[in-house]
Formats: sequence, C-alpha cells, structure tokens
Amino acid sequence: MHWRANLDPKGAKFVRGAGSRLSCVLIQPLLSYVVRRIGDRHPSVFARLGSYKQSAFLIDAVELPFALHLCPDPKALAFRAVPRDRAPHAEARIRGRFMLLLELVDSERDGDAAFFSRDLDVSGDTEAVVRLRNALDDVEGSIAEEAAGVLGAPGRAILARLRRAYKSEAKGGQQA
Amino acid sequence: MSPGELICPAGTPAALRTAVDAGADAVYCGFQNATNARNFPGLNFTPDELASAVAYAHSKAAKVLLALNTYPPAGKVDLWRSAADTGARLGVDAFIVADMGVADYIARTYPDMRLHLSVQAAASSPEAIRYYCENFGVKRVVLPRILTIPEIRAIRKEIPCEIETFIFGNHGLMVEGRCSLTNYLTGQSTNMDGVCSPASDVEFIRHGDGTMSSRLAGFSIDCFGCGEKAGYPTICKGRYTAPHRSDPYYAFEEPVSLNLARLLPELIDAGVHAFKIEGRQRSKSYVRSVVSAFRTAVDDIRAGRPANITDLVALTEGQKQTQGAFASKKWR
Amino acid sequence: MTKLTLGPIAYHWSAETRRDFYARIADEAPLDEVYLGEVICSKRAPFHEPDLPDTIARLERGGKKVVLSSLAEVMLKRERKATEDLVALESHEVEINNAAGLLARGKCPHRIGPFMNAYNEAAITWMAGRGARHICLPTELPVQSIRIAAQVARELGLGVEVQVFGRASLAVSARCYHARAHGRTKDNCQFVCELDMDGMPLGTVDGKPILRVNGIQTQSESYVCLLAETGQLAADGVSHLRLMPQAIDMVAVAQAFRAVLDGAMPAEEAGASLRDLCGTAPFSNGFYHGTAGHEFVAEVR
Repeated sequence: MHWRANLDPKGAKFVRGAGSRLSCVLIQPLLSYVVRRIGDRHPSVFARLGSYKQSAFLIDAVELPFALHLCPDPKALAFRAVPRDRAPHAEARIRGRFMLLLELVDSERDGDAAFFSRDLDVSGDTEAVVRLRNALDDVEGSIAEEAAGVLGAPGRAILARLRRAYKSEAKGGQQA
Repeated sequence: MSPGELICPAGTPAALRTAVDAGADAVYCGFQNATNARNFPGLNFTPDELASAVAYAHSKAAKVLLALNTYPPAGKVDLWRSAADTGARLGVDAFIVADMGVADYIARTYPDMRLHLSVQAAASSPEAIRYYCENFGVKRVVLPRILTIPEIRAIRKEIPCEIETFIFGNHGLMVEGRCSLTNYLTGQSTNMDGVCSPASDVEFIRHGDGTMSSRLAGFSIDCFGCGEKAGYPTICKGRYTAPHRSDPYYAFEEPVSLNLARLLPELIDAGVHAFKIEGRQRSKSYVRSVVSAFRTAVDDIRAGRPANITDLVALTEGQKQTQGAFASKKWR
Repeated sequence: MTKLTLGPIAYHWSAETRRDFYARIADEAPLDEVYLGEVICSKRAPFHEPDLPDTIARLERGGKKVVLSSLAEVMLKRERKATEDLVALESHEVEINNAAGLLARGKCPHRIGPFMNAYNEAAITWMAGRGARHICLPTELPVQSIRIAAQVARELGLGVEVQVFGRASLAVSARCYHARAHGRTKDNCQFVCELDMDGMPLGTVDGKPILRVNGIQTQSESYVCLLAETGQLAADGVSHLRLMPQAIDMVAVAQAFRAVLDGAMPAEEAGASLRDLCGTAPFSNGFYHGTAGHEFVAEVR
C-alpha cells in the first residue's frame, strides 16, 4: 500500500508535535553538530561518496514538518532543516516515513526492499542515492544512536519514544 | 554428506563482518574497479579494507573469495593481473574467475591458489566444466541458474570439481557472461566494466497519479502502477510491447527473486557442495537476515531436523520469489 | 586481402527458405566464406540438417569456403551430442561457440566463435596455444581493443573476424522468449519462432522499438553497420568481416561491402544503397566506437 494511505494519524500527530516544538531555527545547530560529529568519526563515508560529496540530497521524511537538506562535503558539511515548499536545489531526493529512513541509515532495513515495496521513493540522480546508501551502510553501529547520543539524555529519550511510537503503530496496523 | 557451505555476499567491509557474524562459511567480494561483476558506485573494497577483511574472516574461520569474474578488454589485462597479485598477497582463499586469460595467468603465477569458475563463464555442461578443470585446475564451478536439480545431480557425477549453486537473490535470466543488454543501451558493459543497469543511467520518475516509471539511458524499462511492487531497472525484468500482444508484458521475466530454501535438502542430496547467496549490492540488513536464515536452515538439515525456514519474501524483488529453473523444466 | 564472410543464420527460417537463400548466396554473393549450422536452438536443427550436405556442395561450387558453427548454449544431452559430433568433423573447419566444444576438439585446429568471449590478448594467446586458428571477436568490443586483439592474433598467425553487419546478439538464455510471448514453454514451443524471419520486435511501454527476440536469443533492434569503418578494420589487422543474415537482400548487402572493400565505391554511396535495402531497421555502430551499442556515430574524418 502507498505510504500516504497507511499513515497512522496517531504517530503522525506525535511527530508533528515534536516538529512544532523544535522549529527549523532551533533544530539547525543541533543538526550541524550531529552531522559534523558523525563525519569526524566515520571519514570513510566520504571516500565511498567519491565525487558525489559535492551533491546535495533532500531527505524528505513525510511526517516531519520540514525536509532535511544534506551536503556531505567534508570541507563544507551541512545538514539543515528546510521548509518543503522552499527547499534549496538538490541532485537527489529520498522520500519515505521518518522511521523507515532512520532504519535505513542504521541498516536495520534494506533499502532495495523498501524500494521494491514502494515505501521508499528516490528521484533525481540515482547514482548519488546509491553511493550515499552504500557509504552509510559501511558504517558500523547505529548512526541514529550516535546522533541521539550527541544530544545527550534528551536525545536518547526522544529516539526511544520515536521507536516506541513507530513500533506500536506498526503493531496496530498489523492488527487492523 | 555435502557440507552445504554458505557463500555470502559483501559489498562493504561492514557487510563482510555482518556476514561472518551471521554464520557465513565464506564471503565473496571484489575491488573497487572493473575486475568484478558488481562494480557499482560506493561499493567494494580497497586493498587495505580487503586486508582487514581477510584478517577478520580468518579469525572467525571464514574464507574470503575474491571475485575477478569479468572479461578484460584487450589492452586492459594488467588491471586484472594486478588485482590477482594483490589478492594473492593479501591471502584470500580463492579467486572466482571467468576469463580464460585471467584463469591462465593465475594458474601459472599462483599454482597453489584455489580457482573457482564464476557463473560468468557460463559452464553448463560436464564437458565445459571439465575444460576449465583440466586446463586451469578449477576446484569449484558456480553453475548457471538454468539447470534442474536432476540435471545438477547428473553433472555432479561427471565432473572432478565441487558444485556451487545460487540459492537466493537476483534471478539472473540471461546466460551470464554473454549479456550485452546494458552496453547496448548505456555504453557500459557488464562483461568488461562489471556493471548492470548502472545507477548513473537510471532514472525514476514519479507521476502525479502515484505511478512510477523507471528508465535506463532514456529507454522506459517499466511503469509501476500505484502501489504495485517494483523491481530493479534491469532490461531483462522490463515490460515491453510485442506486435501480437495487446498490452505490455514481462517479455523475459517479471520482477522476482530466487529462493531455494525449500529445495535445500534436495540440493544437498544432489551433491551441491556450496550455496551462494546473491546480493553484494544489498545492505547489511539484507546480509544479516538472509545469511542467518540460511545458516539455521542448513544446520537443521545437516542435523537431520526439519528445516526451520524464515520467510524472506519482504527482501525479494517485486516482493515475489521463485524456484526458477531448479524446480521444473517448464520454467524454460 | 580482407575477406568477407556470412555468419550462420540466427533465425528459424524454413528449410525451403534456407535452400533458396543459400542458392542465391552461392551463385551471386561476393563472399569468401560462409558459416553454416544451428547456433541458437538445438530443437531447430533437425529441420535443416538434412539439407546441409547439399548446401555445402552448392556453396563450394560457388567458390565459397564453408565453416560449420557449433551451438552457443550446451546443456541438454542432444546439445552435448550435437557439439561432440560437429567438432569431430575433419572434412570442414569448425567454429566453436561453447567450452564444451573446446574440450572435445582438444588441440585440433578450430575457429573461436563470437560466443566464446575472446575479449583480450591473454585469452586469445591461451586459445591459440590450444589449437585456435581463427578468432571472431565479441560484438561489443570497442575499436581500441579490436586493434590490440587483432595485432596479437595476427602475430600468433590467427585470422581475426569482426561482425560488420546485422543485428547484434545481446544475450542468450535457457528460457525461450518466443515461446513465452505466445504463452508456451520451450519444450512445447511448436516452433513459433518461425513466424519472425527477422526476430520478434519488442518495444518499450512508450512505444520505442528496442530489442528483437529470437527464441532463446535477444538481439539488437538495430542492424550493426560498420561500412564506413571497413578501411580502419582492415588497417588494424582484422582479416575477416562478418555479415549476419537478415531477412533482406543479403546478396546486395554483400555487394555493397565488397564494393567498399575493393575501393570500387565510396562508403557514402554504398551506405546509401545499403540504407535502401534495410527498410526501417536503424543502423548502429556504437559498440565499435565505445558508446551505447544502439547509437550510430557518424565517422569522424
């Protein structure tokens, strides 16, 4: 089923709520900090990206009130929350539900399988997407946990709540 | 009894460790160039990464097989030779080869090195397999995915080497090593460059009505209805028109993956020595799920227990699976 | 002197069509060598094998050297037997298209067919050491590699052949796509491939012609045409140029290539007459020029 059709309002409301509390402006420095820390710890990611370091990626988690704009160039690393309707140029766009994207980053789910099931949409420069996916897949451990860890206890709590909300939603979906 | 070795894919060092931890008997991988048939962007190993990978695998009693299974075009043979030299220096356990020139070089330069004949060599008869055994000392053949189990059993009796068959993953339709479809549309060759529907030429287009088109170098490969399960944008899994058919149809094969989990006992009984899981281009998540599932299944069968077979359909192309040619001649 | 050859018929033409075709080729076509034999599907062989001795005699009377080609795919008992029988022939040269044939032939002289993947100097050197006397290079090999491969092969005393006309073989499979297109299986195909003398056209979902199905083989929609490149091929040491039979006037095709090879007609002029012979089939030379195979690159002079 298409992702728009099976969006659970309860889960969406929670994430929208979280999004409104952390406005784009507030979240900006956190995102920059997180991506710099992860870049420092996993420099091999940039090697796998090759010349696609200079590409921009628009990561669109459908439940969030904003999209994420990633420029993975180690010399000018940037990860920003941007309004969907005024998103800057990006060579590639990756769209799916927030937890799916998180699980893909952490390799808890397989990107090709999510693509086959139509839960994941990619458009634009396909090679850029494939490179980013392969680069992130070579990172050991959980990037999500690392990112949450960077934010300390509140970050970990938010991640845990997100996971719980997603799991109970998935379970509810199965029962229905 | 056949050991039923599990030969598992690794596109990255992290995937290799995942495969080993999940119970792989051997992992196959390649360098970041045209010397292997999964020369995909962001994938594969640098020599340094391979060195660490070999150390890790060996510390867990797993083997590392290096894929050198493409065909060097004239003038570029040195790249394949130097890949073989590097692999030998790093202590890989075997080379997987297809080209006779590459096989000859390794057989002469590293006579103690194990050679496996890649599926890319398309050896599908006892005579063809014996040609490679007698001339290059090949110790194992990876069979094309076109034979029934009785045919595999018959081949086993007539050849002096081990047999490896694919059991899961991409369901190759065309005889491997003889396919120029990608080169015809894109200018990049499966045999010479190690690519298949290269991402650089792939375009996915989402239409307003929820349908999605996949294109390769400007040619439409398929158009998926809203919610219809998708496949790779490969030419052999595309939908086409033919004069006598009213609608576009899957002229070669629909998006589907091979899954032989339920045929494992028969394959073991037929004398298949090793089982190959396809998917060096897939994620760690795929490697973990598929390798663990088949580790359990093979262990069950070898211990005489009914095999516990995990459902892997969520990982398959088009979310469909098939036993392909292995189950019935009707597939042909 | 560069030789012009006619490759084996890839399609399932009826016995009668074949007889007429080869009669004209024997009498009228300026060809040096003709390859005969079923390369694609072992099920078709019984239809035209009975005519083989007469066809050979006819072609030889017409001054053509006959070479017999073996199957590209060898899997079933009858395919193994056919290959073994063919390579045991002593009366004629054989072109081998599968490693099964190489084993049976041993070190006896033979030709290497386009399905044998003789991509490079190392493989060619190996094959020459095992009795190969002539190599047909893979259709997708670009000019830079053809040049190196041809040079090495000539130094080893081998003939070197390149396909210069006709649909390119892009893939073979164990599955019959002709049968599949008609809702049948290979074992129950009822020889439906006989309907398509020049292959069954496939188009993309948006109606663009792309491929041709010929039983288990997939071919290019375009005809490879290296007419303008013949001079360069000869200069690079390619000794034999192969025309693949299509359902058009192949005598006239051979005449066009012969005229250009002999310097009797400029390539542009011969190209125009070739264009008229080939109906709507697009021409391509992309493989040779190292770009997408379906493309046609105008010769840079």
